[in-house]
Amino acid sequence: MADFMLQLLLTFDATLRLATPLILCAMAGIFSERSGIVDISLEGKLLSGAFVAAAVTALTGSPWIGLMAAICASVFMSLIHGFACITHRGDQVVSGLAINILASGLTIIIGIALFKKGGQTPALSSDERFRGIEWFGVNLMDNIPIIGTIYRQLISGHSLLVYMALLAVPLCAFILYRTRYGLRLRAVGEKPESVDSAGVSVAWLRYRALIIGGIFCGIAGAYLSISHGANFVREMSAGKGYIALAAVIFGNWRPIKAFYACLLFGFLDAATSRLQGVDIPLIGEIPIQLMLAIPYIVTVLLLAGFIGRPTPPAAIGVPYEK
Amino acid sequence: MSETMNKTSGANAARYALELQGVSKSFGLVRANRNIDLKIESGTIHGIIGENGAGKSTLMNILFGMHRADSGKMFANGEQVNVRNSADAIAHGIGMVHQHFMLVNRFSVLENVMLGSEGGSLLKQGKQATIARLKELGDTYGMVVDPHALISDLNVGMRQRVEILKALKGGARILILDEPTGVLTPQETEQLFEILRVLRADGVTVLLITHKLAEIMEITDNVSIMRAGKMVGHRATAETSPQELAELMVGRKVLLNVDKDAPQTNNVLLDVQGLGAMSSRGHRILDDVSFQVKGGEILGIAGVSGNGQTPLMEILTGMRIPDRGHVEILGETISHDAPKTPKQLREIGVGHIPEDRHVHGLVLDFEAQENMILGYHDGALSGDGRLMDRAGIRAHCETQMEKYDVRPRDPMLPAANFSGGNQQKIVIAREMYSNPKVLIVGQPTRGVDVGAIEFIHKQLIALRDAGCAIVVVSVELDEVMGLSDRIMVMNDGKNIGIVDADKTDTNMLGLMMAGIEQEAVA
Repeated sequence: MADFMLQLLLTFDATLRLATPLILCAMAGIFSERSGIVDISLEGKLLSGAFVAAAVTALTGSPWIGLMAAICASVFMSLIHGFACITHRGDQVVSGLAINILASGLTIIIGIALFKKGGQTPALSSDERFRGIEWFGVNLMDNIPIIGTIYRQLISGHSLLVYMALLAVPLCAFILYRTRYGLRLRAVGEKPESVDSAGVSVAWLRYRALIIGGIFCGIAGAYLSISHGANFVREMSAGKGYIALAAVIFGNWRPIKAFYACLLFGFLDAATSRLQGVDIPLIGEIPIQLMLAIPYIVTVLLLAGFIGRPTPPAAIGVPYEK
Repeated sequence: MSETMNKTSGANAARYALELQGVSKSFGLVRANRNIDLKIESGTIHGIIGENGAGKSTLMNILFGMHRADSGKMFANGEQVNVRNSADAIAHGIGMVHQHFMLVNRFSVLENVMLGSEGGSLLKQGKQATIARLKELGDTYGMVVDPHALISDLNVGMRQRVEILKALKGGARILILDEPTGVLTPQETEQLFEILRVLRADGVTVLLITHKLAEIMEITDNVSIMRAGKMVGHRATAETSPQELAELMVGRKVLLNVDKDAPQTNNVLLDVQGLGAMSSRGHRILDDVSFQVKGGEILGIAGVSGNGQTPLMEILTGMRIPDRGHVEILGETISHDAPKTPKQLREIGVGHIPEDRHVHGLVLDFEAQENMILGYHDGALSGDGRLMDRAGIRAHCETQMEKYDVRPRDPMLPAANFSGGNQQKIVIAREMYSNPKVLIVGQPTRGVDVGAIEFIHKQLIALRDAGCAIVVVSVELDEVMGLSDRIMVMNDGKNIGIVDADKTDTNMLGLMMAGIEQEAVA
């Protein structure tokens, strides 16, 4: 039983680690989509963030410079998206797709040119990465049963970027619902005319939303390549940007609900890898094929109506013209 | 703060709240405003009247900074101002109530009113102040609204009040209202005018844009008339007449009232019994509607838009299948089990002039001649059935354009390039060519100028006198009353009652439109 408890704890621990990029990308998606801009380019921003973080860290030896560079790269991608969709009123899905393809190609080409390792970046040493932070008093708490284990396994020991992701959620909710900027952001995604007639610039509001999204995606990318992993691998975002977008929709464009959706996806991911070949009490060993299919089955079930009718921002996807 | 501002401006005794000199604005080749001069006296209600497309809305958007003028000067309270965007306009005390409300439906009243003047980077700071200000404004002007109500839960009249409150809360002393009564019932219109009178008494200058002559006569002190992008006249309302205003608007004499003889009716051609329909979301949108229309009469259907008129028209023209009841039309039956397609109905003699000509009436990118045979393209009009007879189609279109005075007379011009009135004439020419026995008409003169309205009404009356049964759905009460022999009023998908057009008035119809039964009204 204690062993099962530990397994469960380790699964939750893995859930957090796997959900971190999803959470950050989902928050990025919420800002962008609440402002009325469809953001399928989360994937491309995540990927370019991951590459730039690993490449710059490998070149400079500092993960902090890597993180900053990743944020800059991702924000730059956001600005391209904004230039196409806000300034020139282009199609937001087409622009997003273009960014994803651009990121996919550029990361490999630049990676090969710089490091000649077939698109990978060199492996980083442990002090070149954001490693887990041992919290104060972990060893002392070990003496307390259960709570000590939870403290050690689940709460303590994550990288700084995981804690940033967890803080991002209440921060987003606060900005969205308690601040002037949040009110205007929600309004511009629902009815941009209302913001324009109130004398506030629609374009600038939307650009700011995209820039904030770019910052979150950059952190998420850095997490993938210089915290969770130790180098950049081709296509290492592996659809996480799209899953984050799905989480935004499941969460009905609300930060807290999207956070839960991200945890669910992270949990499914963690459970799949952890339960492979494990004999579960009463059930026995679950076939690996079924395990691998579970996240997709859950996605279909959720989409089929367990989450109720999603109500997207009313003006999403529509370029604003006076 | 706004009150102190008002006092200072009062001390300066600026006679004109707003003044425009030589304002022009073009969109591409279209000259929407040409050299406009306008003076609005402080503390008055000033009307701007003109046909659709005369440039009223452009002018208002310039005043409110939504568009920038190409040239010209603007003065507010005697001082020259440069309004580059709405924020500038608001800073100069100009507020606007838009024709299509600038409200976020999913926001509360409070959030909408705060938007743009939140009073700090955190909402908390401004909320209490805004609630207090709303209460104060509500008490002063008799416009009480619950600040926490969601906009989507409010009716149109209340939403308009929120728009007005939003403008006043921003400190507006000059209030522009763009076509404010288009969506209101007569009673709501009366309440709005009452509010405007209170505002005027309080020193607020009101600018009322409308194309309705009766409203100008009822509420304004002065009126300016626009035609084809130009100011063609300024009058004191007390010294002018609807007839003179109409002539200035159109540029020639017009007949304001529909001229018609008593109907000569014959057999019942359209018999609707217990008709019902559900929306795709499962709401009942048409509920147990019954009526009959005889050949040689016009049944008008009045009601605020969205009260079941659209599904009713769709069923009568085969575009929607009813879930209850049946329709006997020219000897055929339409019901849930026996649906008819629009084509089948057209073949037995049912004509349809749709509510929205851009969606159901025309293919805007097609040429006028192609639109002239749309829906009848399987018949002899388009040729022998294998290839299109382009020469024949063009000749037919030219004849029809001549007969219905469609301008310009260019069969090759895409429908999108005609004005609203001429587009409508193309639809009418097409539907009337086949001599329908039943004609279903939606909003016959929406977005059509006064001159064309007169023409379209004459055509409908002529068709009636030829023995056609006509159903006219319109949100313009004057139009329904002028055209119809009998009027059915709809509310919430139900038939509230049918009255004779010559035995009713706007007040009675307005109450019925609000859902009050005919017996209770009479």
